[in-house]
Amino acid sequence: MIEEKFDAIVVGAGMGGNAAALTMAERGLKVLQLERGEYSGSKNVQGAILYADMLEKLIPDFREDAPLERHLVEQRFWIMDERSHTGLQYRSDDFNEEKPNRYTIIRAQFDKWFSQKVREAGATVLCETTVTELLQDSHGRVIGVRTDRDGGEIHADVVVLAEGVNGVLGTGAGLRGRLKPDKVALAVKEMHFLSRETIDARFNLKGDEGLVIEAAGTISRGMTGMGFIYSNKECISLGIGCLVADFQRTGETPYGLLEGFKRHPSVAPLIEGSEVKEYSAHLIPEGGYKAIPQLCGEGWVVVGDAAQLNNAIHREGSNLAMTSGRIAAEAICLIRSRNDPMTAKNLSLYKKMLNESFVIKDLKKYKDMPALLHTHSQNFFLTYPQLFSKAMQDYLRVDGTPKLEKEKLMLNSFIKARSWSGLFSDALRIARAWR
Amino acid sequence: MPSEPSQRVEDKLFYNRYLVDSGRAHIKVRPHTTPSSQLLSMLKACPARCYDLNDKGHVEVTVDGCLECGTCRVICEESGDIKWSYPRGGYGVLFKFG
Repeated sequence: MIEEKFDAIVVGAGMGGNAAALTMAERGLKVLQLERGEYSGSKNVQGAILYADMLEKLIPDFREDAPLERHLVEQRFWIMDERSHTGLQYRSDDFNEEKPNRYTIIRAQFDKWFSQKVREAGATVLCETTVTELLQDSHGRVIGVRTDRDGGEIHADVVVLAEGVNGVLGTGAGLRGRLKPDKVALAVKEMHFLSRETIDARFNLKGDEGLVIEAAGTISRGMTGMGFIYSNKECISLGIGCLVADFQRTGETPYGLLEGFKRHPSVAPLIEGSEVKEYSAHLIPEGGYKAIPQLCGEGWVVVGDAAQLNNAIHREGSNLAMTSGRIAAEAICLIRSRNDPMTAKNLSLYKKMLNESFVIKDLKKYKDMPALLHTHSQNFFLTYPQLFSKAMQDYLRVDGTPKLEKEKLMLNSFIKARSWSGLFSDALRIARAWR
Repeated sequence: MPSEPSQRVEDKLFYNRYLVDSGRAHIKVRPHTTPSSQLLSMLKACPARCYDLNDKGHVEVTVDGCLECGTCRVICEESGDIKWSYPRGGYGVLFKFG
């Protein structure tokens, strides 16, 4: 047993854990951070996009030495059918600014850098250590953790659970419920290496400019899901994710979907000749606002993916993790500065502060979106993409059919597939959920 | 569908680095005579294809190529079909990029 007692133990060294450990260490707390990987980052998987604003609040000058890949100047949204995509594309030279807002990053490398900042701030970071259990006293108060190291009981005033989407400690101790297959997506990803020049040419980029493609449609075979392509300096992150419940229901394989996405005629030329260097898989919380569990209790708080804090509509997860980690840490520091104990009542300050932040406000805005997309996946991810593609193609082909007739055929195809009432209710549902 | 997706998964796992904790599987399947629908769904849903049927029709798990995503935990833990924990510290998949 490690004899010394810590002010705080942070379980996990992802975005949430690092943000929490850094914030508390900088304010003079005695912090122990535990990570099961061989280094911070080696178990962490993400697309990945970094949002500068949330990191600036923690490390204002991060651009000086953080391992950033490319800043984003272009976003493409694709609605795909088997052989085509209909796209919405936004590119602006305004994104070539002195302090860009979004970057692609490679998590294993970025997190290693982030962890160095945590150490420099004075936290003790112990890697290759899996936390197996939360220690609770006879009143159920969390008083520390048990690890897989010899005699691995460690005590602290408060435990910050930053254990990720697949957190076993909180569920194991009954602090939150299990993940449900319809509230979580499984994403698989490959890292495709190409020369920098090839990436620049294929995506119309120069210097450190980067781009994101997000794609939905028949690539998910009627399941609720999405594909993505992110440009890094010398590689492409390419992946696809769908709800676990949909995989379970359909018997589709994750790698089958990934191969299908890669073979799509709109995608294949972008990765042609690449060397794949890694294949990874990760869960993504998709339940939104309604799936957020209890965020704090006697001697503990939960942050990031472990707390289901993910905005599936805007595909923001790591910044919510970073922000919730920081806010939890600030709340803990405030409580401590008043010499108050880490009770559930006092720690509810974290919940209050989080409610006032964009984290909960954004999730609340889209609280009905997950249910909408999850229960109508056939329409939104199969029927509509096919209709769009057909409509676009008919519209563009010049074949002597009068335009009025074309438009009529187009409308009829939508009505035939979804009926007037179906189209109307789909539009209404989206409008309502978006509001 | 492409030819033999199973072959493809093995090829994919070959890109990755692992430190296998021999003799200490972090996922265990409960002994059964007839596999549950949840267990059977893992034959397809596991992204590393760790789950397979043996000669007796039982579902088995081989965790060496596990990506530690937790999909099987989400599907099979509640029904008691599997016991799931993280590998010991330092073991398991070692992502270079993540």
